[in-house]
Amino acid sequence: MKITMAHGSGGKATAELISEIFEKTFDDPVLSQMGDSAVVPGAAKIAVTTDSFVVSPLFFPGGDIGRLCVCGTVNDLLMSGAEPRYLTCGFILEEGAETGDLRKIAASMAATAGEAGVRIVAGDTKVVEGSGGLYINTAGVGFLRGGTQIGPDRCREGDAILLSGNLGDHHAAILSRRMGIENTIRSDCAPLTEMVGGLLRGGVEVHAMRDVTRGGLGTVLNEFAEASGCRMELDEGKIPVSAQVKGFCGILGLDPLYMGNEGKMIAVVAPQDAPGALALMRKSRYGENASVIGRVGPRGERLVLLKTTVGGTRVVGPLYGEGLPRIC
Amino acid sequence: MTDIRTYLKNYDGPELRLMEVCGTHTAQISRCGIARMLSPAIRLISGPGCPVCVTVTSYIDRLVALSLQPDTTVLTFGDLLRVRGSRSSLNDAKAAGGRVRMLYSPLDALRAAAGEKDKCFVFAAVGFETTAPVYAMLLEEAEEAGLENLKVLTSLKTMPPVIDWICKNQGGVDGFLAPGHVSVVTGSRIFEPLSQKYGIPFVVSGFTGEEILASLYALVRRRGKAGVLNLYPSAVTEGGNAAAQKAVERYFAPCGAAWRGMGVIPGSGLALREEYARFDAGSLGLDDDRSLNPECRCAQVLTGVVSPAECPLFGGACTPRTPQGACMVSQEGSCYNYFIGGRAAQ
Amino acid sequence: MCVALPGKVIQVNGRKATVDFSGNTLVAEAGLVKVKPGDDVLVHAGCILQVLTESEGKAMRDILKELEEL
Repeated sequence: MKITMAHGSGGKATAELISEIFEKTFDDPVLSQMGDSAVVPGAAKIAVTTDSFVVSPLFFPGGDIGRLCVCGTVNDLLMSGAEPRYLTCGFILEEGAETGDLRKIAASMAATAGEAGVRIVAGDTKVVEGSGGLYINTAGVGFLRGGTQIGPDRCREGDAILLSGNLGDHHAAILSRRMGIENTIRSDCAPLTEMVGGLLRGGVEVHAMRDVTRGGLGTVLNEFAEASGCRMELDEGKIPVSAQVKGFCGILGLDPLYMGNEGKMIAVVAPQDAPGALALMRKSRYGENASVIGRVGPRGERLVLLKTTVGGTRVVGPLYGEGLPRIC
Repeated sequence: MTDIRTYLKNYDGPELRLMEVCGTHTAQISRCGIARMLSPAIRLISGPGCPVCVTVTSYIDRLVALSLQPDTTVLTFGDLLRVRGSRSSLNDAKAAGGRVRMLYSPLDALRAAAGEKDKCFVFAAVGFETTAPVYAMLLEEAEEAGLENLKVLTSLKTMPPVIDWICKNQGGVDGFLAPGHVSVVTGSRIFEPLSQKYGIPFVVSGFTGEEILASLYALVRRRGKAGVLNLYPSAVTEGGNAAAQKAVERYFAPCGAAWRGMGVIPGSGLALREEYARFDAGSLGLDDDRSLNPECRCAQVLTGVVSPAECPLFGGACTPRTPQGACMVSQEGSCYNYFIGGRAAQ
Repeated sequence: MCVALPGKVIQVNGRKATVDFSGNTLVAEAGLVKVKPGDDVLVHAGCILQVLTESEGKAMRDILKELEEL
């Protein structure tokens, strides 16, 4: 059944859509109250974040916009050191969108929320003229544990830089179909709840964490360098990229250091905790290719230096432009 | 390989200026961090090897105009999207409602044109000898399919004339890293006359860090000696790919071409032959070149006269985020690679 | 110029060939070079420009040896 403007009018069609698809699938007692706001128990310090998802196609190898929107927001909360608790979701549906797709996306959100340990407690639906597109905005709330101070400004010389796994999978999965290249690359879209929990509860002294999304590793580490005033030193040979993604990048002239991921993180930890942190990452779901990719260098130059596999060194700047595939 | 690295690091002979004339070599040298591995007596200079960088502004202006014409879509490689003509870029045109689409291969244009026979499609055909055969194949298939709504706007250039121009008008180059993939098509023999004329070694190089280092090593060892050495024998032969050369000759003929910073160099371009004029979207006479910023020194950077860091705008008004000239826009541009590779800090 | 990548021919269909690059396949134009399945080829902008030969390693070593004797 296709979405029509009636579904956005706030009347019966809207109520039916919400009850049939969202209420049933998300199955949350607070959500079902359908109050103007979700009233939930709180904490002394909370983390709040929001994100919008406009990916096309809606369904791709390894995931869909539903899984993506839950993971994106959950991971943002995790990276601030918070325990993700509640999510809201606002849908903007274009006329012509398929309710069948909406059901699948809602189901995906419910499943991912379950895995990530969060509840979807509020939402909104709007319908606009268009040709079947679908966009989602999520907002997330998490509770902060007392004590631990985590942030990019806390990186110190000597700290180890860990990357939780292969770079570029998500970006390549999305771009492949568009560029007519066939492969089995799947998006790495995943909630990092277990991984982060493992690190924080495993006695690792974590100084900074960030998920490696749009803009890639290059962008994240430049942000860390800027915030901490330290040089970041990387070893190209230690940065994990699958052979298939390498091949994909070779065809289009892309650099994995700048490609988007949706289930990878960087953790900067005290040097003595590096082996333990690596083991914890590798043991957790989505961390099988975790690797120590470098160390934090001295204060002074706020840049990212990469030792290349051929033995040279180069500076890795932040991403400029759109990171488009190049040909020449 | 370790011996080559040590040799290059410790070289203390006379200062040598070695020029690469292939944008992909420029990008690879930057990516592998090779400049920092060399002795200060070995200076790498980037030449006019980036087809996007040497394209004059009037070409971009024509593409922008075409994209804004009703029922016309410009199809292009990604590299060209951010380059500004005398006023705007294709990205700017897209934001203003122009139709612009990025493709991986020119051959994808066939599907686009066949899919919408009532719309006009123009492929932004830039490139050197490496890409010319691909455009020839595009035209061959367009002919066979009887497509009447596919055209090309050409800015095709060839390497030997521009290398000759640099040696004649600038000089100061002690060795050339010959373009690897151009040579796949043309053959390595094509550089022999130039090498003999100026008494400079040429080495055809592959694209891995190791291959580039080996080629630089060969250039240093052969300093002062003419001759072309092929260090990419798995892909390059002396004669090149005859079928590709024939395909190019069928559709294109040599012509004068305008290069940013050098003006029109006779015989340095390829234009559609008259009998294929129906495929031309107005490529002739696009010789005008007008830089948006009068202080931009792309012209001198492209010919290796100044290094990117010596341009007054470099790193200040001109950065990858706020590029003033093509050399900073293109990911194979000298200025872009200099900037992101941190070479200025060397 | 330009970005070109070595891949392996999987299948040939007239003037087109399916080429594999470490698990990525695309259909490339094969009108400029005679190819057969199993060939290592160089692909640029969707077009096969050359069949790659094994000679690289040995030829490199020979040339470099010669250079040392200069």
